[in-house]
Amino acid sequence: MSDYIKDAIITGVWETFVMTFFASLFSYIIGMPLGVLLYSTSRGRLLENRPVNFVLGAIINIARSLPFLILLVLLIPFTRFLVGQSIGTTAAIVPLTIGAIPIVARMVESSLNEVQPGIIEAASSMGASPLYTIIHFIIPEATPSLLQGGAINVATVLGYSAMAGVIGGGGLGAIALQYGYYRYQKDVLWTTVTLLIIMVMLIQEIGIWMSKKHRKT
Amino acid sequence: MENVFELQNVYKTYKNDGKEFTALKDVSLTIEEGEIFGIIGMSGAGKSTLVRTLNRLEEISSGSVSFYGRNLAELKPKELREVRHSISMIFQGFNLINQRTVIQNVEQSLKIIGTPRAQRREKARQMLEIVGLLDKANQYPARLSGGQKQRVAIARALAADPKVLLCDEATSALDPKITGEILDLLKKINEERKLTIVIITHEMSVVEKICDRVAIIDDGNLAEIGDVKEVFSNPQSKAAKKLVFPANPFDPSGDSRSLVRIVFDGTQSNVPFIANLVEKTGLKVNILSANTKSVGGIGYGQMILELPSSERERRTVIDFFKDGGLAVSEVTINE
Repeated sequence: MSDYIKDAIITGVWETFVMTFFASLFSYIIGMPLGVLLYSTSRGRLLENRPVNFVLGAIINIARSLPFLILLVLLIPFTRFLVGQSIGTTAAIVPLTIGAIPIVARMVESSLNEVQPGIIEAASSMGASPLYTIIHFIIPEATPSLLQGGAINVATVLGYSAMAGVIGGGGLGAIALQYGYYRYQKDVLWTTVTLLIIMVMLIQEIGIWMSKKHRKT
Repeated sequence: MENVFELQNVYKTYKNDGKEFTALKDVSLTIEEGEIFGIIGMSGAGKSTLVRTLNRLEEISSGSVSFYGRNLAELKPKELREVRHSISMIFQGFNLINQRTVIQNVEQSLKIIGTPRAQRREKARQMLEIVGLLDKANQYPARLSGGQKQRVAIARALAADPKVLLCDEATSALDPKITGEILDLLKKINEERKLTIVIITHEMSVVEKICDRVAIIDDGNLAEIGDVKEVFSNPQSKAAKKLVFPANPFDPSGDSRSLVRIVFDGTQSNVPFIANLVEKTGLKVNILSANTKSVGGIGYGQMILELPSSERERRTVIDFFKDGGLAVSEVTINE
């Protein structure tokens, strides 16, 4: 492997890391409140609201069933409008974020669903408002599960970031594709794949470790 | 004495998949300030629904529930939340936040009413001291036993200085010994803080031990209400009789029956009382019904005995049991 490719791989690792980090961050900033809204407007919950829940659920389901590769292409105009360009690492963060939002929302919803109804009843009996109950009772109680879900989400975003390579998103995915696949450089292909696997494993382990650290039961 | 709660013709009907189920039927009762009021019934009788109408966790279908004269149904959400600060509740499953420490759990009720941080800590520590768990302040609930968790729940419930404490099967998950300790604690708090307590239970022994008055709920109806001693010694309704006389007691032929009920609360189960009675006094009793179950290795239950007919001998027997620390009450069966 030439030094040129080695440098490219190192840059690739960094780009993958940047894309994964920011896309995960932004997808949580938007997806977490959506997940909370999905949870709390569903039947029998604190802010039960069938129309809101139905519409939000439908949008999320549609967004989630779009193949990510299609989403990447569909979002090109939007990305250009938002960040002024449609190729490169920064540009890739946009479709990655949007692709991850529905997944994050569903994951958050399912973590919150695990919280024992008794705890919510206790909060209500103390005169806590719905918002207070969500912030101070439900989310703390769901934290270990949220962290575990977080690890799964970040790993998914990492996987998606490799796909962003197809539309010039940079990162390890692009290197695997350009050097490994199109130029038949098997060693480059396997190196990048191995690096991706290591990154996913690291994320998963960190997630499990954090979740365990938080779990007091 | 002032009425804390006043229920008038309360009905509660659930609709589920087109099927209707009436959990409460025309329940009217009052709960007075400072008393320990028991609500007892078989599971599914509607007592948990009933207690939840008291803080409007459960909306009623018709009738009215008022708290110190305020009709709960008319309160706006914000007003209801304020009223709930005065009506605390503890549960069978404790319902603590497992990811927060003991003291953080206790502080929650203070945080909700807006107590500043420093005072919150101080008050929470005081409450933990009252329930005897100050040394566990920084532990997580998972490390505590059931009885300790319930104590934390009590500390949390009382931290915001409520006027009433609702207990929904609060001791049902605990063994008899711990149940006794929790009940003693509730009694102490009732006396020291003049706190009105409403206790929901299916256990006779709980009502017997600390309640002043009791309501018996049967199939959504209020079957009977009155002073605990009266209801238990002379039950009028079928439901009350079923609770007071555990099995169908054998009805002896004679008319001049003198029956007593003795209750084991778990502490005297190793003592052979009947054998001792015969040995020490030479008097015999007829066991009409006995129900002694072992929970966690501790005998627990009650017996209905027919006593000798002479007044003097009867006294001797009753005194013998009382001296041994058993609860004795005279009963009549009027079937």
